[in-house]
Amino acid sequence: MLDRFGSVADPLVEINGLTVAFDGVKVLHGIDLSVARGEAVGLVGESGCGKSVTWLAALGLLPKKASVSGNVRLGSTELIDAEPDVLDTVRGGRIAMIFQDPASALNPVLRLGKQVGEALALHGGLSGAAIRAEARRLFDLVGIPDAARRLDAFPHELSGGQNQRVMIAMALAGKPDLLVADEPTTALDATIQAQILELLTKIRRETDMALVLISHDLGVISQTCDRVCVMYAGRIIETAEAQSLFDEPLHPYTQGLIAALPPLEGVRRRLDPIEGNVPEPWNLPPGCAFAPRCPRRGEACDAGVPPLAWKAPGRFAACIKALQAEPVRPREPVYA
Amino acid sequence: MLRFFFLRLGRAALTVALVVTFAFVVLRLSGDPALIIMSVDAPPEAIAAFRKAWGLDDPIWLQYLRYFSAIGQGELGQSMRDGRPALELVAERIPATLALTLPALALKLGIGIPAGIYASLHRDSLIDRVVMVTAVAGFTVPSFVLGLVLVLIFSVQLGWLPSGGQESWRHAILPVLTLGIGGAAVLARFTRSAMLEVLGQSYIRTASAKGVPWPAVVRGHALPNAAVPTVTIVGFMVGSLIAGAVVVESVFSWPGVGRLLVVSVANRDLAVVQCILLLVAITMVSANLIVDLLYGVLDPRLRSGAKAGAH
Amino acid sequence: MSAPLLQARNVARCYHMRKGLLGRSVEVRAVDGVSLTVERGRTLGLVGESGSGKSTTGRLALGLEKPDAGDVLFNGAPMPATDTLAWRQMRARMQMIYQDPLGALDRRLQIVEQVREPFDVHDLGEPKEREALAFALLQSVGLRADQGRRYPHELSGGQRQRAVIARALATKPDLLVCDEPVSALDVSIQAQVINLLVDIQQELGLGLLFISHDLKVVRQVSHRVAVMYLGRIVEEGEADLLLSSPAHPYTEALVSAAPVPGRRTRPRIVLQGDPPNPAARPSGCAFHPRCHAARERCKVESPLLKPMPDGRLAACHVAHDQANFLKAAS
Repeated sequence: MLDRFGSVADPLVEINGLTVAFDGVKVLHGIDLSVARGEAVGLVGESGCGKSVTWLAALGLLPKKASVSGNVRLGSTELIDAEPDVLDTVRGGRIAMIFQDPASALNPVLRLGKQVGEALALHGGLSGAAIRAEARRLFDLVGIPDAARRLDAFPHELSGGQNQRVMIAMALAGKPDLLVADEPTTALDATIQAQILELLTKIRRETDMALVLISHDLGVISQTCDRVCVMYAGRIIETAEAQSLFDEPLHPYTQGLIAALPPLEGVRRRLDPIEGNVPEPWNLPPGCAFAPRCPRRGEACDAGVPPLAWKAPGRFAACIKALQAEPVRPREPVYA
Repeated sequence: MLRFFFLRLGRAALTVALVVTFAFVVLRLSGDPALIIMSVDAPPEAIAAFRKAWGLDDPIWLQYLRYFSAIGQGELGQSMRDGRPALELVAERIPATLALTLPALALKLGIGIPAGIYASLHRDSLIDRVVMVTAVAGFTVPSFVLGLVLVLIFSVQLGWLPSGGQESWRHAILPVLTLGIGGAAVLARFTRSAMLEVLGQSYIRTASAKGVPWPAVVRGHALPNAAVPTVTIVGFMVGSLIAGAVVVESVFSWPGVGRLLVVSVANRDLAVVQCILLLVAITMVSANLIVDLLYGVLDPRLRSGAKAGAH
Repeated sequence: MSAPLLQARNVARCYHMRKGLLGRSVEVRAVDGVSLTVERGRTLGLVGESGSGKSTTGRLALGLEKPDAGDVLFNGAPMPATDTLAWRQMRARMQMIYQDPLGALDRRLQIVEQVREPFDVHDLGEPKEREALAFALLQSVGLRADQGRRYPHELSGGQRQRAVIARALATKPDLLVCDEPVSALDVSIQAQVINLLVDIQQELGLGLLFISHDLKVVRQVSHRVAVMYLGRIVEEGEADLLLSSPAHPYTEALVSAAPVPGRRTRPRIVLQGDPPNPAARPSGCAFHPRCHAARERCKVESPLLKPMPDGRLAACHVAHDQANFLKAAS
């Protein structure tokens, strides 16, 4: 559970004031986010909200034209503006990342065994036959049938789901403390999505690895994560334990997202869409970025950007209209 | 794989056959050979005799078949200028042409590919811009202009190098440069765009995300993928080793195949022209064949298609 | 009783996939004997994973592809031959909406010009009035006049899809085939477009064939739902019934795998194995290798799609046996 300042007790990774701008246009406006050991955090939001950019920036994977500032600390290591060799040991070794479309995320001209082996050689200190044996063990672990033969296959010879398993095996090669999964099931069919989510949960249970799951799909996040951060227009606007967030969302945007989703059971009712569109990053409203679409908008909403503030134990929302829990001490800007 | 190979081989043979047919048609269209060889005011009996001797009275399809089978047996006719076998005439010019085109090819590869890779890795840097401007210039300036400019500078103004002839290796420098610079520019452009395309791919980010150091990402992940489109253009360059120097050989009066072609066309020495055409077709087609096979080696996605066909 | 708006009877569509160069050609049955009916003012949802043949079924229904077997009736009459006048007139009465609105729009033309185009093509209304008609259509899908003057790339994804819908409505169609119309849109925008489609249907009495992989979206818009697996319909019935108590094990797995936020009300059934390959169709019931309930019979005998006691159709030996057992017991 988050403390009153929005931090976890023993943070594995701590992001503070992370901002990213492309060609002078800010797309990330100061992200504060900490991830505890073994925790599963979900980052949810619509396209362009900055959920992927946050982690690409943290790992130095954005193109050169992006200007990044703020802090990302992994233990005692600062990742922003770190030397390339520092980043190379962290990437894949302590924080691994997998991506949306596994077919294009794997190198088409290299054998799968070689691609996984590369990570093993870099982070596991293995060589020769040991690499192959370990790669095979990883393939077995992530449930790739006929593992030995698949090591010599190329990505195009496997299905999308199998390729995502290969990506996961590759990510596990460095025994990372944190796996960042960026829309890992979006390109996959429903039944295969269920397989991959189950695999991620199983691996986390068995290895105590932390997981950051980035997704646009509230359902996927809800079923996989302990804690959820909802992002809008480059900011985290609400964070809470998954269960309480979906039971009782505080921020009008989160409420809107949930109301816009058609239910699979129960009475069919007309959907409540969020009117309007997400603002362009170069054309943000003066105050709260959600205000123009917000049913509870007041004049004060345009006065300034609301901070992500403590609302109840373990719950934070960036909305001045959101339900306020009894403050025990004077309210101060608190970041998750 | 074997089946794939023979399939491509068959296609190559078909291409050559088409070129040969084309040569036949062009030769027949360009005028009555009897009139060209015998001159217009020869006595009609002589022309008739000539026609009979060369089978020109036979129906066109029979002539075509005869022509085709002659080529099949390596019989490429005789030069009408000095009566020597056309093939022999062409063959003795090949070393001279290769003496220009091979060093030029080395120059293209040696400069074009590294420049393209460098430019792609330092996109929008000063060097990238210089490479791109040079590439566009090399693309657009015709080789005879470039050749003449080089002659003006290095032969006329500075007097460092000879402007034509084939007496020493120094005579080869300007033509090789003329050939090489343009090709290097083209290749740099291709390599750069192939690399930029690859560097933007998701698997490059994956490699970085698993901690592969950047130089190794470029070497191990980007280059093998960028090789596929680059090989196409290199193959084209290899294919034009024989006939790629027509203009430059003329500018520098270099006695290679290209100049022979120009002279033979002017003299209507049709057997020689036809022989060169055939040779060009064969080199082009062979280069293409090699490129096709290389694709299979470089890109497993193309290979597996061939494998499926083989079982 | 008048004939249903759209009726497909046992339609099949095969593709020939060549394995490699000059390799033996393999017959792939993308759609394998599908029958379905779309009534006026009603929506049939078509659900399935990649390779299930749902999109091909949509194209067959519209006459964009010719079935290799079976036939498609529109208003009780067979499809006229392609490129005849009758065919073009019929095509105007059935429209299609795709997943990617940007691809469906011409980048070089203003939105209003593209919405006007069908009036010109089918010679509807006075030429002078056509632009006003186009603007009226845009207004009916919630686009302002100034938005109509913009180019496709100047609009958001949701606005583009509205424009595509407006264009589809220009010819006053009776049938709309929507192939994943909201899959590329963000959640908040998705809801806007879904509501729009539902409103339009109520207002104009359109028949809708709604193809999607998203069960939640399909349930929201559909009166009936058909579930496809490897080119065949495996279950079809009234939407709420089918999704709340699926009879076919595949539907059951699909429903349980649908990601819903909040508390899970049913255990997730995770199917093993890859999605099926239409080029290598398993024997018997095509689903049996992934089915938890599969029996010996399922491996050899292909189940027929036939009515269950509650009125829905299902193609599953086990489901029918269970239903018969319950009937006998009661």
